[in-house]
Amino acid sequence: MSAREDILKAITANKPALVELPVIDSAKVIQYNDIVQQFKTVLQSIGGTAIELTDLDALKTELEAKKAAGEVVVNRIAEIGTVDNSIAALTATELAAVEVAYLKATLGVAENGSVWLYESQMGNRLLPFICQHLVIVIDRNSIVTTMHHAYKQVDTAKEGFGVFLAGPSKTADIEQSLVIGAHGARSLIVYIV
Amino acid sequence: MSKVLTHAEAAEQFIADEPRTDWHNDTLWFVRQKRDKAAHGLPEWEQLREWASQIKNHTLSNLDQYLVEFEKNAIANGITVHWAANGEEHNRIIYDIIQKNKIQKIVKSKSMLTEECGMNEFLHGKGIDIVDTDLGERIVQFRKEPPSHIVLPAIHLKKKDVSDTFHEHLHTEKGNNDPQYLTEAARQHLRKKFVESELAITGVNFAVAETGGFVVCTNEGNADMGTHAAKIHIACMGFEKIIPKAEHLAVFLRLLARSATGQPITTYSSHFQKPREGQEMHLVIVDNGRTKQLGRADFRNSLKCIRCAACFNTCPVYRRSGGHSYHTAVAGPIGSILNPNIDMRANADLPFASTLCGSCSNVCPVKIDIHEQLWKWRQVLVAEGYVDTTKKIGLKGMAFVLAHPAIYRFAGRAGRAVMRLFPFVLNNKLNPWYKQREMPAPPKQSFRDWYIKNIKS
Amino acid sequence: MKVGLFIPCYIDQFYPQIGIATLELLEKFGCDVSFPLNQTCCGQPMANSGFASLSKDCDKNFVANFRGFDYVVGPSGSCVLHLKEHLKDDQFPGEAEHIRKHVYELTEFLVDILKVEQLDVSFPHKVGLHTSCHGQRGLHVASMSELVAPEFSKPEKLLSMVKGLQLSKPARPDECCGFGGTFCVFEEAVSVKMGKDRIAEHEANGVEYITGYDESCLMHLEGILKRDGSRIKAIHIAEILNGNA
Repeated sequence: MSAREDILKAITANKPALVELPVIDSAKVIQYNDIVQQFKTVLQSIGGTAIELTDLDALKTELEAKKAAGEVVVNRIAEIGTVDNSIAALTATELAAVEVAYLKATLGVAENGSVWLYESQMGNRLLPFICQHLVIVIDRNSIVTTMHHAYKQVDTAKEGFGVFLAGPSKTADIEQSLVIGAHGARSLIVYIV
Repeated sequence: MSKVLTHAEAAEQFIADEPRTDWHNDTLWFVRQKRDKAAHGLPEWEQLREWASQIKNHTLSNLDQYLVEFEKNAIANGITVHWAANGEEHNRIIYDIIQKNKIQKIVKSKSMLTEECGMNEFLHGKGIDIVDTDLGERIVQFRKEPPSHIVLPAIHLKKKDVSDTFHEHLHTEKGNNDPQYLTEAARQHLRKKFVESELAITGVNFAVAETGGFVVCTNEGNADMGTHAAKIHIACMGFEKIIPKAEHLAVFLRLLARSATGQPITTYSSHFQKPREGQEMHLVIVDNGRTKQLGRADFRNSLKCIRCAACFNTCPVYRRSGGHSYHTAVAGPIGSILNPNIDMRANADLPFASTLCGSCSNVCPVKIDIHEQLWKWRQVLVAEGYVDTTKKIGLKGMAFVLAHPAIYRFAGRAGRAVMRLFPFVLNNKLNPWYKQREMPAPPKQSFRDWYIKNIKS
Repeated sequence: MKVGLFIPCYIDQFYPQIGIATLELLEKFGCDVSFPLNQTCCGQPMANSGFASLSKDCDKNFVANFRGFDYVVGPSGSCVLHLKEHLKDDQFPGEAEHIRKHVYELTEFLVDILKVEQLDVSFPHKVGLHTSCHGQRGLHVASMSELVAPEFSKPEKLLSMVKGLQLSKPARPDECCGFGGTFCVFEEAVSVKMGKDRIAEHEANGVEYITGYDESCLMHLEGILKRDGSRIKAIHIAEILNGNA
């Protein structure tokens, strides 16, 4: 018998009597007076920056300026410029040169300052982790209160990969001193439009 | 091979450096306080714990069905699923993949399961070296020591220790202890490893039966830096990491980081569903004693653990003895109820490394009755004969005296008389109580004596 | 109400004054108190060391002594918790169950059953409260810092009735003192370190006394205090509440 058969057989024999799944009632969870403000406050507290915009013009200008200056930037947001699809074929070494990546996220979560990104929004799974700096745009009314609400809107099985991304990368592994910028992005700005 | 110290012996050595013990204690208490602040930020915190506990209880009671469902969905998504009865089989599976694909450059993000299986040592013995990419793990890897905490692997080390280690291995400036500087050095060093990696090994925080996908949580981004660059990704999991549905991830992700570090969520909660185009994705499902634990009615709840280490941070004993005193991959209170199942003889000391204060059970996000299981393991270990003879004789004697009122009274009176007349009999270094404490003063009258004299007419 | 007075073995032998204070307190509030003369111990030292299987006769002796009372009250959180969770007698299961359901630690009895609202005693001193683990987390005599739940404390409520008493709590309000039964000798280094750390927190508050409802903790702390020549004294809450101090 294979390990699989042995393990499953042992589990069947050893598992306890069936007990019910609980009902998760998202009405019982925390509510915020101003979920946009909550999102901003939490994101700030985890090392990110949250900025409210009325439109994307300033970002469009910024992107054009960076490209003109020869910075290695990747844009994935149709509203601010050409969407770079060639990155799907880039190697890790090539992607390592990316200074700034501009991404559109599906939603923001107020309780923890995170945003959800689908692989299709990234264009290349490695991009949001390997770039030095991250700029993410979310719609104001895409911000939800808690993770319970987020999982109702996001289908994690729809694509091959997705991530809840909260702030720039960090570590406190050296004597509990918080350092922003571990292996992932050194900074994160979320524009709420 | 040097003798493995018991927890008590190792703890005594740890405590001998009192200032360092105070520092270790205070550092971990600070993490506990951050956890408290995060928990108090959610009025529904106790409800969340109850939901998490019930989801896990239900899952354990239907585990075989969920594993089959998970495997089916994972395979349909292009993931190759392997099963390993124990650590040896797990290591062999990984080794075979490495050999078959002629892999040389391997990175690994934190996986306590691979620690449990001794994977790094096994592969090293085959001439294969893995780069641990979690900063804390890389530090202890350089120092050739095991991690001392399942979430904060290098918590027992000071900045200076890290600086010395990095000076030796990464040629950083001698004496530069700045965490920012040292982290930057690690970033540059590991970035190269990520980009060149051929195989990335990760753990699994949660595996979702409904979708066949799994979630890996990190703050550093090291799991993703490896897996999205390497052409092969192997994810290793104990089978108890299964949860039924994607919606349940909300409950666990809300609890995990708050319990572990006081953060509302880790920087990255990466949801792996399918291998990327051109990539091979493998998942190894491991038993290694878990089916046995599942069969133990008193202890099966320990399998609900989501490896947050909140119990470590609150444990007054762990904070003052350090993870290495527990001589196992998973230390702390949860380790003390998991490890005796794997090897009772080697881990017979662990359930006694506790005052049964109960703080651990209160911080456990999935409501494992840790302190009650510690008590129950003590009964098992004694019944199985793993407690030393002097202790056994002493307690048998105690039980006899306490069951016989007249003997108890005689022993009490005699004992107090000896203490009054010949204090040196107990007031010496052979009496462990007396090492750092005075004995209680021995009164002439017991309460009973007083009662008979003054009350009972 | 008929109350069986349970005096833990080490209090009987080493701290009879706590037993006296407990008896007097209960009588002050109208209880008809008896002290069964053949009691010995609750059985906890054996059970917590893994030898619960050896405490059958000790348990039987307990049931034989304490059957037939309306309540059993003792000045010890850990002993009472142990009885509540583990007291068994195969010959007299009903009696054992009745005791388990009606055994109380002193402060919870005073607050919950006797509903004491006033005490005519004074203790004009700075006192630090030690919230012992088993009484707190097991018997719920006080709220627990780990939980998101309303704060309360039965011992504190009683101490607030004592005139002139200035109560303080240590910085880590419910960290364990390190006694832990046989832990105190088998893991002596950790045990004493834990005790020293507790004392340091009380010293920081400038207390003259450390009090609590579990003399095992206080005995351990007192041992350290005396060895270190501290002027801080340990005193059981029964003595403060009874005006004996």
